Amino acid sequence: MTSSNTPISEEEVKKVAGLAKIKLTPDEVKKFQKELSTILEYVEKINEVDTKGAEHTSHTSLTNSFREDETEESLPQEEALKNRIQSSKDGFFTIKSVLDHK
Amino acid sequence: MKDLSALTITEASQLLKKGETTSVELTNACLDRIEKNEPELDAFITVTAGYALKKAAEADKRLKENKNVTPLTGIPYSMKDLFNTKNILTTAASKILDSYIPPYNATVYQRLEDAGAVLIGKTNMDAFAHGSSTETSDYKVTKNPWDKKRLPGGSSGGSAAAVATGMGLFSVGTETAGSIRQPASWCGITGLKPTYGRVSRYGVIAMGSSLDCPGPMCKNVEDAALVLEVIAGHDPKDATSYPDPVEPYFTDLKEAKGLKIGLPGQYFDKERIEKDILDAVTEAVAVLGEKNVLVPIDLLDPQYAISVYTLVCRAEVSSNLARYDGVRYGYTSNTPSDTWNDHYRTHRGEGFGNEAKRRIMTGTYALSAGYQDKYYKRAEAVRNIIRNDLEQAFTKVDAIIGPTTPSTALEIGSTEGNPLFGEIADVLIEASTLSGNPGISIPVGFDKNNLPIGMNIFAPRLAEQTVLDLAYTYQKSTTWHTMKPDIF
Repeated sequence: MTSSNTPISEEEVKKVAGLAKIKLTPDEVKKFQKELSTILEYVEKINEVDTKGAEHTSHTSLTNSFREDETEESLPQEEALKNRIQSSKDGFFTIKSVLDHK
Repeated sequence: MKDLSALTITEASQLLKKGETTSVELTNACLDRIEKNEPELDAFITVTAGYALKKAAEADKRLKENKNVTPLTGIPYSMKDLFNTKNILTTAASKILDSYIPPYNATVYQRLEDAGAVLIGKTNMDAFAHGSSTETSDYKVTKNPWDKKRLPGGSSGGSAAAVATGMGLFSVGTETAGSIRQPASWCGITGLKPTYGRVSRYGVIAMGSSLDCPGPMCKNVEDAALVLEVIAGHDPKDATSYPDPVEPYFTDLKEAKGLKIGLPGQYFDKERIEKDILDAVTEAVAVLGEKNVLVPIDLLDPQYAISVYTLVCRAEVSSNLARYDGVRYGYTSNTPSDTWNDHYRTHRGEGFGNEAKRRIMTGTYALSAGYQDKYYKRAEAVRNIIRNDLEQAFTKVDAIIGPTTPSTALEIGSTEGNPLFGEIADVLIEASTLSGNPGISIPVGFDKNNLPIGMNIFAPRLAEQTVLDLAYTYQKSTTWHTMKPDIF
């Protein structure tokens, strides 16, 4: 953890990139370390506001927007596969192996 | 021969009804504009000329038979490339979607199609709507039609530039915090951000799901009201869309009289806003003050909204952009990878631009274990305070007015080295977006460099008519909104 006075470390940038599933080059790590530090320092401003009693808000006055549980038409399989038709197989999208067999 | 691309929707619609022009003629006029201006402005990612002429011919048939004719039937328009348009390339101006052909329509697009409007192209924007400049498009920078060395604003910059130069009679953009109103202000057009939930987000490539609002970008308020009537309304596919019936915004346009207009001192700060803008907006407010009451009010310092918006929006972005994994559509990496995890990370590393990465990472950090309370939850609490602050103000006034932006159009290159450029540029708009309020930006003059100045009018949620009436009243007695850039 960093205190609110020190900028984000390179290790933390790598950790965040890992969580976000984005492969960064070493140069990018350095660059984002600087930029994220700038951003985080700026947003410290919200600590100036007294938030006592301000419960978590909803961005809308709507609640429980439900519909009847009835089956409706959906996107046909060929349409859904259209953008990856070459690599699709038997109506499935294909991807690299998820489990490491080594 | 009258320049058809210079018409407003209401003017064109009249001519079409009377048979004095056809949709094909209108569409060709706009396509001619694109041929002439687009090489200099770079407002479009895709121009759908063939499709447009086909749709125009269908519209002409519909008009001739007087079957199911709407005010938008036969009217050529453009859409920000953030809306899914079936079988038409949709990129969100991102490399990671460089080949994405949507298999379905965004509801907004479907409604415009059903109304008979004619799509002429998909416009350029900041990639994934992350920006207020259109400079962070992964493809190209759109130029401001009033000064090509300057930015059009963003993220709906392509749309704003297109409307300002007759490349379509209107456009549809989206706003998450300023992305309709700020480019409208910088390009001298009228841009309306409806109440959050007034217009369906189904099929809009998501940025911040509690903030995104599709809305009209037009030459004047009447046109904006017409478009809003068509695109607004409940959508069963969008659980956050309001069930409230759509008002006849256009028919109900009237002079605003006896309304209380709040003027927050914090939004007219001489230290933070250019003098020309303050002068123009003050003069514009006086016009409305003739038949309405101007009330000085106090609002929370708009600076806090910057921090709140940065954290809340980027957190939502990090979640919404997790879906770009290369499995179902878009960019294909040539870099070999052995495992799914490696592919996923490589795909995103190569496909996303810097701004997208920056925002995803800020959001991920703000939501991560150990930081969520400090950043995200705190930001949500302050958002509540901002919302309450506005609701309190609206018990005393019917609408609030301020400048749309603290500066006029900045030069190309201004975003470099500034990781918070967008959020800071939208400082005067963020509070109202965080609170879901409807707001409009209308042109109120020019600065000493002949760059357009915009004024922002916003009101309580679902009070679009108030916003439209005030803007309409102003445009009835002024002509700023009719002025066109020299390139036109």
